[in-house]
Amino acid sequence: MKISVQREDFDLGAEVRAISRSSKTGAVASFIGLVRDVPMTLEHYAGMTENAIRKIVDEAGRRWQVMDCSVIHRYGDLQPNDQIVLVAIASAHRGDAFAACEFIMDYLKTQAPFWKKEHRAAGAEWVEARAADDEAAERWKK
Amino acid sequence: MKIRLLFFASLRERLAIPGEEVDVPPTVTTVGALREHLRDRGGAWADVFAPNRAVRAAVNQAMVQPSAPIKAGDEVAFFPPVTGG
Repeated sequence: MKISVQREDFDLGAEVRAISRSSKTGAVASFIGLVRDVPMTLEHYAGMTENAIRKIVDEAGRRWQVMDCSVIHRYGDLQPNDQIVLVAIASAHRGDAFAACEFIMDYLKTQAPFWKKEHRAAGAEWVEARAADDEAAERWKK
Repeated sequence: MKIRLLFFASLRERLAIPGEEVDVPPTVTTVGALREHLRDRGGAWADVFAPNRAVRAAVNQAMVQPSAPIKAGDEVAFFPPVTGG
């Protein structure tokens, strides 16, 4: 189980190889979030961030079979098309891998202490949280 | 009662301070009460912690509700709703 909060970029292929070494692994599902359109700076709460992500990953492991995973979230200055976040899940079967991956992303959006500041021509502006993100996390409670 | 305060993102910028050690009266026993205590400082504090502002909090690096208790030595962080991912 790898959880990393880092400035540096990451490589999907390397992460997938690292989590799928077991001969029992039959499926890997992954998600990558990218910067859209506008340069941004990502701030986070050093100290809390990794613990918050670990709690989310642990919860996913209670709900689905997660044999291994890699969750990476970047911070600092990012440009359009840069990778921001990776969630990759290794499991025996695709159903668990897909579900755990989506669950972790939905909870990252509402529980992990990151804040995006967009640098637009008109000036820098903090991104407002979206109600749709709260609703996406909420549906897993049913 | 001494508490370590931290502020992030737009709150940090508006308050122009990343954090501070504060000595709060013993009557301030919850995160919600601490928020009101800070609001009473006036100025930018009154604006940032106005009741209609969406402010989230963490005690000792775990997200909590306003009813969460606080005690001496705690690290209490206030920040806007998160926007990562």
